[in-house]
Amino acid sequence: MELILVVIIGLLYASGIYMMLRRSMVKLIIGLILLGNGANMLIFLLGRIVKGKPPIIDSTAKMLTEIYADPVPQALILTAIVISFGLQSFAIILVKRAYKITQTDDLDELNTTDEIYE
Amino acid sequence: MKTLIFKTASTYLLPLLVLFSVFILLRGHYLPGGGFVGGLIASIAFVIHSFANGLEQTKNLIKFHPGFLMPVGLCIALISGAAPLFIEQSFMTGLWFENPIPVIGMVGSALFFDAGVYLVVIGVTLTIIFTISETL
Amino acid sequence: MILAILSGFVLAGCTPFISKFIKGKGSLLLPILPFGLFVYFFSFLKEIGEGQTFRFNYDWVPSYGINFGFHLDGLAILFALLITGVGTLVFTYTTSYLKGHHYLDRFYGYLSMFMASMLGLVLSDNIITLFIFWELTSISSFFLIGFNNDDPKSRKSALLALSITGLGGLFLLAGMVLLGYIGGSYQFQELLSQSTFIKEHTSYGWIVGLIFIGAFTKSAQFPFHFWLPGAMKAPTPVSTYLHSATMVKAGIYLLARFTPLLGGSAEWNTTLILVGSITMVYAAIHSVLRIDMKGILAYSTISALGILVFLIGLGTEASLLAAGVFILVHALYKATLFLITGIVDHETGTRDVTVLSGLSKVLMPVAIAAGLAALSNAGAPPFFGFIGKDLIYEATLAYGDWAMVLTIAAVVTNVCLLFAGLLAGVKPFVGSLPSNFTSLHLPHPTMWIPPLILAGLGLVFGLFPSLVEGLIVQPVFSSMVIDGAPVHIKLWHGFNLVLGLSLLTLTLGVILYMIVKPSSSLFSKTLKFEMIAPQTLFEIFGKFFNAFARFWTGLFQNGYLRNYVITILGFLTILLAYRLYQGVNLYIDTKQLTALTIYEVIVALMMIVAIVFTVFSRSRLVAVASLGVMGYTICLIFLFYSAPDLAMTQFSIDTLTVILFVLVIYNLPKYKNFSSKAVRIRDGILSVFFGSLIAILTLEVLSEPLNRETSIFYAESAYLLAKGKNVVNVILVDFRGFDTMVEITVLVIAAIGVFSLLKLRLKSIEKE
Repeated sequence: MELILVVIIGLLYASGIYMMLRRSMVKLIIGLILLGNGANMLIFLLGRIVKGKPPIIDSTAKMLTEIYADPVPQALILTAIVISFGLQSFAIILVKRAYKITQTDDLDELNTTDEIYE
Repeated sequence: MKTLIFKTASTYLLPLLVLFSVFILLRGHYLPGGGFVGGLIASIAFVIHSFANGLEQTKNLIKFHPGFLMPVGLCIALISGAAPLFIEQSFMTGLWFENPIPVIGMVGSALFFDAGVYLVVIGVTLTIIFTISETL
Repeated sequence: MILAILSGFVLAGCTPFISKFIKGKGSLLLPILPFGLFVYFFSFLKEIGEGQTFRFNYDWVPSYGINFGFHLDGLAILFALLITGVGTLVFTYTTSYLKGHHYLDRFYGYLSMFMASMLGLVLSDNIITLFIFWELTSISSFFLIGFNNDDPKSRKSALLALSITGLGGLFLLAGMVLLGYIGGSYQFQELLSQSTFIKEHTSYGWIVGLIFIGAFTKSAQFPFHFWLPGAMKAPTPVSTYLHSATMVKAGIYLLARFTPLLGGSAEWNTTLILVGSITMVYAAIHSVLRIDMKGILAYSTISALGILVFLIGLGTEASLLAAGVFILVHALYKATLFLITGIVDHETGTRDVTVLSGLSKVLMPVAIAAGLAALSNAGAPPFFGFIGKDLIYEATLAYGDWAMVLTIAAVVTNVCLLFAGLLAGVKPFVGSLPSNFTSLHLPHPTMWIPPLILAGLGLVFGLFPSLVEGLIVQPVFSSMVIDGAPVHIKLWHGFNLVLGLSLLTLTLGVILYMIVKPSSSLFSKTLKFEMIAPQTLFEIFGKFFNAFARFWTGLFQNGYLRNYVITILGFLTILLAYRLYQGVNLYIDTKQLTALTIYEVIVALMMIVAIVFTVFSRSRLVAVASLGVMGYTICLIFLFYSAPDLAMTQFSIDTLTVILFVLVIYNLPKYKNFSSKAVRIRDGILSVFFGSLIAILTLEVLSEPLNRETSIFYAESAYLLAKGKNVVNVILVDFRGFDTMVEITVLVIAAIGVFSLLKLRLKSIEKE
């Protein structure tokens, strides 16, 4: 299963980058989401995956002793998921707002702020 | 989407889901769950309600702007973190009541912290979704 | 001691708050600070004259060996007295010169900042501290040159001065760091004991070269001299103080200070002699051709600085003695002449020597001061300048095979300088008074007394050289020459070659003055050579630099997101690919892999299909729906592999994201293809490359053993320390509670951002 996950991670990264390189603003956001999911999966996989052993201490025991899934990446990903929701909603609204004002979806037409003025 | 079935269902779903989210929040320290998930479930409940009955209905139901939950939640989290300072322990030290309270179980500062997270998450999600639906 | 140095900075910091006071009568109180410091340093004079030195140490950055170490010896006290003494006079002079000026408070602020930095510079024992004060003088000089900030020429000169001295400062820093690194200490006194080791080190040439560039830029040596005439755009008190008496001598100070440490080698001496003599002759000739009093004085100052560099370069005991004396001589007469120029300019409104004449009839005390200064400059007996000039000739005559050439160069320079001094100090005051100047009257005494004091000292020290011999000249000499013979300076040496040369200089100078009349036509002829002047070259370089920076910024900061992404990722891909190409250890232990069941395969296939649809779909709705599907499959994967918390969160968030997208999707722009097919293929290739690299990297990490120290700690102490059984939740709300706290704050910020973006209508923008 690890090997399949590795392929999926690569695919998520590749598609995320590809979408980010498009000139359409909506695709940019979709690219961001894909990339975010790719990163989450990467962290999850690097903590090693274990089946059916959640990091929850048994009601009778006082600590985890047997093999268990690594809680640290899980905690990391949990926060990352929630944060990325905030980021996505902000990005979506930003795009919507920018579209309303500039009436263009083409990122190339939004680059005037970076131009060097004489 | 204002079909009768959906409307009726959502009226019953809302209290159920909110109750469920509180349950998820409370058991978070021992079983899967916690403030983040609980908050998200509660907000989904309200979002479903607003879809079925219209935004105005939901707003009337809540009575206040969901944005107010954000500072409230932040304050609860901060206070529960700062509470140990008053008994001369360092910031964020876990404090617990001696005996478990019925139904809820062990109560400690971590639970209040999680409750703060819960409120903030509801506030944030509902603010975002409501603001967006309003301005469309 | 540290209080004495920092008091100037304190005063500078206070000036904005007492600006009303300064602009009123209060300015008369300000000279008290430099005067107090002067008295303070004067009190050390007796002990220093007896050969004592003082050290003061205050820690600053002890871990890097940087501290406020101050060392008060002969050289330092000469400069400290010059800085505070001339400072007192200049502060006094300014009260009248800039009376009622709108920015008088600012001016005093900069001036006291400069004074403090300059004091710090000459007193620092730590070479890094020295550098910091060195840069501070450059900065305060920048502000003072650009003081008339509404004049574009003034701004340009300030910028030029800052870029030249700042550039030199960078070289100096490099030299200092290298020196400190090799010598093993940043303390000058400690380095001194390493002198022979440093001189034999292979990097010696570098150190000397770097320090030279620093000193030459600051002291306006050829070919960096051109900023100094421009700096004369500053108000005259500034020219007096910074650009003749003190700051430009910082380079000289540096060379003199480092002579016992680095001097004595062929590189040191030859370079200094060469640069010094070129500067002194070149600038002396220039000064003859100028007609603006300040221009004349500026070039004669450069020339005098050249003489000093030249003398330090000779490196003999006689020459170093001459340098020590000449620093004082020059400061006294040149400051006087500048102050007088200021008075003349202030009263008549012009500095053109072809127009000015006969002013002694209306400005008698000024004329006396000017005459005294010009005579001291001319080296006429019995002035202090005469002693200085004698010592120079003695030094050059004694310099072996090259004595002849060097002496001739010195004579030529001195003749020109004498001429320049007469032009600026005598010419405006003799002859007939033009009718439009008859109504002039003497300015406030605070303006004409300072030059009179300075000029008077030039005469007094000449008549009684014993006044300075023991107290100043001897200590200065001994801080440059270790174990030197006791020095003795006197006015009258008897009839000898030196006296002959002095007389020759005087005669030639006076004859030159009689023959050559300054005229604007002569001056305009020199302008033809501007084309190849170092200043022009520097400006061309500056323009090129600017154009290159513009091009470079335009190339990389082009405002196209995809270009940034491509650049960054392309670079990363190449780097990673190179690393992988070097050899990669991909060993997958198939036994350790988790088993594959049919559910997982289905989920994985669903996911791949969802990704493909998200990327290639032409409809926004399909893309968003596939995104949702992908999210749910990730949720399933979390569920399969023991992460129920993650699965729940992912499920809720995915739902909300889809809802969000559905809400806004019809307000979002239509899906469009902007790029051509070729661009899409290029992006595709880059993405696939990057994706595969990440995959390979993941595999490689997977084959490494995992360090589970943190996880084990959390797993073991979750219940014992935090009374929780869901370890993930315990980490979030207890162990890393503070992080969660910050995280929810970030969420709140995002919500507020969304709220304000939508609710606060950007009215002005929308109207457009």
